Amino acid sequence: MNDEGLRLGDTTFTNRLFTGTGKFASNEIIPEMLETSGSQMITVALRRIDMQSVTDNILQYIPDGVTLLPNTSGARTAEQAIRVARIAREAGCGKFIKIEVITDAKYLMPDNHETLRATETLAKDGFVVLPYVLPDLPLAKRLENAGAAAIMPLGAPIGTNRGLETKPLIAMLIENSAVPVIVDAGIGFPSQAAAAMEMGADAVLVNTAIATAEDPVAMGHAFSLAVQAGRAAYLAEAAGQSVVARASSPLTGFLD
Amino acid sequence: MSFYNTLEQFDHFDFSSFFNSVSDDRVRDCLTKEYLNAYDFLTLLSPKAGNHLEMIAKVAQKKTIQYFGKTIQLFAPLYISNYCTNKCIYCGFNHANVIDRRKLTIEEIEKEAKAISSRGIQHILLLTGESRQATPMEYLLEAVKCLKHYFASVSIEIFPLECHEYVLLQQAGVDGLTLFQEVYDKVIYDKVHLAGKKKDYHYRLDAPERGAMAGFRNVNIGALLGLGEMRSEFFFTGLHARYLDDKYLDTEVAVSLPRFNPAECDFHPEFPVNDKTFVQFLLAFRLFFPRAGITVSTRENAYMRDHLIHLGATRFSAGVSTSVGGYAQHQDQSTPQFEITDGRSVEEVVSAISSNGYQPVYKDWDRAI
Amino acid sequence: MLLRVNGDSQTTAATTLEELIQEIGLKTESLVVEHNEHIIRQELWAKTRLQDQDQVELLSFVGGG
Repeated sequence: MNDEGLRLGDTTFTNRLFTGTGKFASNEIIPEMLETSGSQMITVALRRIDMQSVTDNILQYIPDGVTLLPNTSGARTAEQAIRVARIAREAGCGKFIKIEVITDAKYLMPDNHETLRATETLAKDGFVVLPYVLPDLPLAKRLENAGAAAIMPLGAPIGTNRGLETKPLIAMLIENSAVPVIVDAGIGFPSQAAAAMEMGADAVLVNTAIATAEDPVAMGHAFSLAVQAGRAAYLAEAAGQSVVARASSPLTGFLD
Repeated sequence: MSFYNTLEQFDHFDFSSFFNSVSDDRVRDCLTKEYLNAYDFLTLLSPKAGNHLEMIAKVAQKKTIQYFGKTIQLFAPLYISNYCTNKCIYCGFNHANVIDRRKLTIEEIEKEAKAISSRGIQHILLLTGESRQATPMEYLLEAVKCLKHYFASVSIEIFPLECHEYVLLQQAGVDGLTLFQEVYDKVIYDKVHLAGKKKDYHYRLDAPERGAMAGFRNVNIGALLGLGEMRSEFFFTGLHARYLDDKYLDTEVAVSLPRFNPAECDFHPEFPVNDKTFVQFLLAFRLFFPRAGITVSTRENAYMRDHLIHLGATRFSAGVSTSVGGYAQHQDQSTPQFEITDGRSVEEVVSAISSNGYQPVYKDWDRAI
Repeated sequence: MLLRVNGDSQTTAATTLEELIQEIGLKTESLVVEHNEHIIRQELWAKTRLQDQDQVELLSFVGGG
């Protein structure tokens, strides 16, 4: 079965591995990692400059053709997230925005309430809004109604590499969302990325696991393969299910 | 330890109040669980669960395909003797019945084997009545030896034996044992088995376990549905299967759900199992024990069997005769043990399986590579 | 003149954004500048005059997930 790619806003992504720019030992690795992974979207963050030292310009490491996904990390309220989003767009980063509002410094859990508020405003503003949330089905429906382009549930807390701890909850989103579901955060190993794709996630976002690997370039490649395998498995399963669906008579109808 | 110890725990169990307590939510919970315990199984056997058949069927179908693929394994029963010392009030071979008693010679067995194997069947189930005098061990061993030339797999459905006797048969090439308790309810057991060795409830109950100990690769059990209160009877069948599976890791456990056909003989079962309940039991067992084989004989008609392909059945008999010498000799047939209701040939059953999108499997086992 | 630059008080002789950025000695190509909560594009830095108590945010893109 052919994969027609993942459409977000006006852009179609044929590679379903999204990556991040955080935690690399050296930013020089990023373009190489993007090449081996084939990732077509990568996150960046916005910060006040450090006036004591020279700040590296992260954007210079991201080749043309790779979509920038600025995040609103650091925001603790909807208003702060909205401000960061607008600054990023003004600065030429395009219309994509990952809303990340975190008020909990211990577990770094996203604040679903503030995220919903920011989504409502930014979607109206014309952003392609990708809210990073705890997987919560009613919230996902609200985000959808508010105009979110996708839902980005966490698999496990940021940077923990614990994988799909929230699997059953993500499964509910996948089953019920009208918009794509992109698993973000917690994915520490390619097998976990494959599992997420196999269960029907539309994409995964992996940063820490690639950036902090001994060889991030090779690990980017590994994740890319895992995502492809998981996606292919999901599509293969879907083909099987459609056979059942086509047999429209119920299994126990013969008893009537 | 015996499965009897498990059975005893339910001596005073109040099945009807359990069934009354089952809610729709409780039934639904069982559908999402990976591992079902005994009470989950009983929940799925409840009248309440009968209202959720379609949902249960979907899960059962998925589990069956997950563990077996889309396959149905074929076998044929071969009756070599109808001599019987038992008086089982429901059985055509009942000692009290005046019927033509026959026992095939080894030459006749070979003819039958040729006739059956020429139709493609490679798994054979050897059956006798219960008579150590008519069908002693030496005869059985000879028969097995003969059948091994024609079939990849030989199973037996004969009277219960001692463990060391099972070992002899196993060594001779038998790899499967089919043995039905008929009824787990001790009181009813005693009532329907009027005379003969079969009166010994415990000897029969422990026989599948002796077979597992003897090293049979496959043990197929069942209750003859209709004799006892059906839900508890099938519940005990499931527990018995799990008991064997838990205890004998190298034995594959399978169940049958034989039930009385209304068209059959004079015996009218006290607890007849209708089609819907039959299907419910089969589905419930599939969820309870996803890896277990489910054998469906020609007691079920073609219509039922064709639909059961999709629901959890894994093994079909095909092109069946339940008379002694019924395959090679077309005239002068002896009295059948039970009336078959799916009289299709092997080719017809195979084509029905194929046209349902499943693969008919003639052989899934060989003793050596 | 006293400004709030990235949340801190800073005294400066600069009269425009461009002068301020030069005074601090920042590379300009990745710099995002907010003046009193308005983003000012690079071509307007020279024309943007500073007044006492103005708030200036100097931001840039960094690595992040």
